[in-house]
Amino acid sequence: MSLEQPRDAAAVERTLGDELETLLGDRVLGREEHVNAPGFVIRPGDVQDVLFRLRDEAGFDHLSCVTAQEYEDRYESIYHLKKYADPTQEVSVVVPTDKENPVSQSAEPVYRTADWHEREAYDLVGIKYEGHPDLRRILLPETWQGHPLSLDYDQDRPQVVPLREHANPLHEDHADEQDADTMYINVGPHHPATHGVLHLKCILDGEQVVDVESDIGYLHRCEEQMAQQGTYRYQIMPYPDRWDYISAGLLNEWAYARAAEDLADIDVPEYAQVVRTMGAELCRIAAHMLAVGTFALDVYGDFTAIFMYAIRDREKAQNILEDLTGQRLMFNYFRLGGVVWDLPEPREEFFEKIRDFLDDLPEALEEYHDLITGNEILQARTIDTGVLPPDVAKSYGATGPVARGSGIDYDLRRDDPYGYYDELDWDVAVEDGCDNFARLLVRLREVEESAKIIDQCVDLLEDWPEDERTIQSNVPRTLRPDDDKEIYRAVESAKGELGIYIRADGTDKPARFKIRSPCFSNLQTLPEMSNGEYVPDLIASLGSLDIVLGEVDR
Amino acid sequence: MSSDQPFVTDDTQVLTETRDARMTGEAPGATDDRFNSKLREAFGSSPFILTKFDKFMNWVRGSSMFMLQFGIACCSIEMMHTYAVKHDLDRFGAGVPRASPRQADVIIVPGTIVSKFAPRMKRVYDQMPEPKFVVGMGNCTISGGPFQQGYNVIKGAEEVIPVDIHIPGCPPRPEALIYGVAKLQERIANGESAPVVVKPYELEQFGDLDRDEIVDQLAAQIDEDDLVMRYNWADSP
Ligand code: SF4
Repeated sequence: MSLEQPRDAAAVERTLGDELETLLGDRVLGREEHVNAPGFVIRPGDVQDVLFRLRDEAGFDHLSCVTAQEYEDRYESIYHLKKYADPTQEVSVVVPTDKENPVSQSAEPVYRTADWHEREAYDLVGIKYEGHPDLRRILLPETWQGHPLSLDYDQDRPQVVPLREHANPLHEDHADEQDADTMYINVGPHHPATHGVLHLKCILDGEQVVDVESDIGYLHRCEEQMAQQGTYRYQIMPYPDRWDYISAGLLNEWAYARAAEDLADIDVPEYAQVVRTMGAELCRIAAHMLAVGTFALDVYGDFTAIFMYAIRDREKAQNILEDLTGQRLMFNYFRLGGVVWDLPEPREEFFEKIRDFLDDLPEALEEYHDLITGNEILQARTIDTGVLPPDVAKSYGATGPVARGSGIDYDLRRDDPYGYYDELDWDVAVEDGCDNFARLLVRLREVEESAKIIDQCVDLLEDWPEDERTIQSNVPRTLRPDDDKEIYRAVESAKGELGIYIRADGTDKPARFKIRSPCFSNLQTLPEMSNGEYVPDLIASLGSLDIVLGEVDR
Repeated sequence: MSSDQPFVTDDTQVLTETRDARMTGEAPGATDDRFNSKLREAFGSSPFILTKFDKFMNWVRGSSMFMLQFGIACCSIEMMHTYAVKHDLDRFGAGVPRASPRQADVIIVPGTIVSKFAPRMKRVYDQMPEPKFVVGMGNCTISGGPFQQGYNVIKGAEEVIPVDIHIPGCPPRPEALIYGVAKLQERIANGESAPVVVKPYELEQFGDLDRDEIVDQLAAQIDEDDLVMRYNWADSP
């Protein structure tokens, strides 16, 4: 990548910043420059006003992430805004609140996705949001003492976690009407349909879902704390593999690599970019295969053909990835500035293996279409169920196949290019059915597109001159990005926009490391899709969201 | 080599010779007369074996294990691969994943256990009928694995439920899981039972009581309606 591009981008950013400053007028207390976007410091009471303006007048319709953090002298919430039409246009709204009484206005009326993001900020850092509809803990148990990412948290204190029966909050409302009694039902946290340890609190009226609330946090593994304890160069890279563990390892590693490389100004050799692109797309195929397999499992409820076919194809992809990285699942293959090693020798054999896989893929996909998408039963179960209109999807910050299944043409690989994607020839799969079926189709079509990308990468790698195969650029042994440098960068992972916010403090470890997980935002749309529908459709909708709890809870 | 003398041992002949040798006491060390017993007279030449009923039950148990379909974290992806094509755990008489704990014999704990999930996992374990066995899959169930220093992570499944087999790895390969399950089957067939688990800080609390007394003491602490988990992060390993 040439050096011109970032400079241009910086210039564009500056003009964008000036325009927005005029728009916001005296609500702006100060300006900050984040690496990715201009930042505006505003008063805690002006949050809704400023965000409404940015959304309605400047077109920032995507609240990508909310980062909360504590400094020595203040708390701070940062709203990272983007545009669905052009995600390279970004702006950060910085809201400092004072130390004694950290209260800030909630952004929930502007962007509905802020609901969960602010709950998380409250849970982990301890900022309170005024006007938030339901400010409770979200990841940790209700009885937890202290806010673990605040500065004075004592990690050794004892904690007590009870397990009590859940009450039916709607029972009273419906009890007096005749024959309209509601029933409370728990789905999960241990249930085959929840794809892990999600807990759905459902209230049913007969077969229909009156209300569903997702209770998450059963796999909150302190990923952010782990990253904040690790050094940039080597210690953080293994963790991204474990966020979205459905074989999407390389895609996640890329999220960290991209953020940290831009933060520390590291170049990546072109050859390494091609290898990364190829590996990442293999991961995407493997991840989508499992998504399709388990979706069919949810809808048909059998542990047989489709699931086994999907696993069979995943095994093939995993074998190739194992040859490349040495591991089946937790690859740890990327390094800042490149990848850890070159393709395995003999290269011809490796390429042949990939080609074989790609040659078999069209036939396999044909099989999936015969078994799944062409099947009348599945069509009856999925078409027009779990409907998610595009504007609702946008207000919840949905990305990835979930957004693309609702007709939102948004793919960071194309819109905010990184790696080698902009040099290759491929299409973004978009369906405008807005239902479970559309999301399934998007995944299957994306597998085809990924295969196209891999094919082109293999062509490129085959002809790559032997003396230009640089796999890593020169990176200092210890990385110490400048004090107070902040960045938010995202990549297109298997589930959508996976973003990372890093604030450096001049040491070799990040001062704040925030993960924006696509599943976290996507899962929030579940009540919109299922309230009023039948229970089986709820399960189908959940399956079509394709969440992975490691990433939802982090 | 002539064609009417194929190189095959005639086992019927070998068996007959062995049996005859034992019955007549001519074989070295053939002092017991089991083969001359009333049973042999009663059964004639049809084959039978003698064993203890317990032993037989253990063998049966080990040869047909129903797994609980229980996914927690990353390791469960490899666990699914172990159940599915290519690795096919079913070959070893330990395949069928059961969705309900009431139908399962073995729970594979595949992943990181965090504070909020631990009481739920305990409840699922309690719902399984006896005898039940636990396979801890992955480093997370041994010590908390890569997340050991997390403020919310339980440092091993053994803090919550007893574990029979630990399989290290992050994640263990499917082959490793199969090996672990095979080891468990071997242990079950040998009649080795699951150990009682006491958390290190509870051990301190109960001093050096006998194992049974510790169990009584622990049982007395359980509130029937409300399963409470106490985490003393400072004292757990
Ligand atoms: S041992 Fe490793 S792979 Fe298994 S659950 Fe823990 S982190 Fe994930």
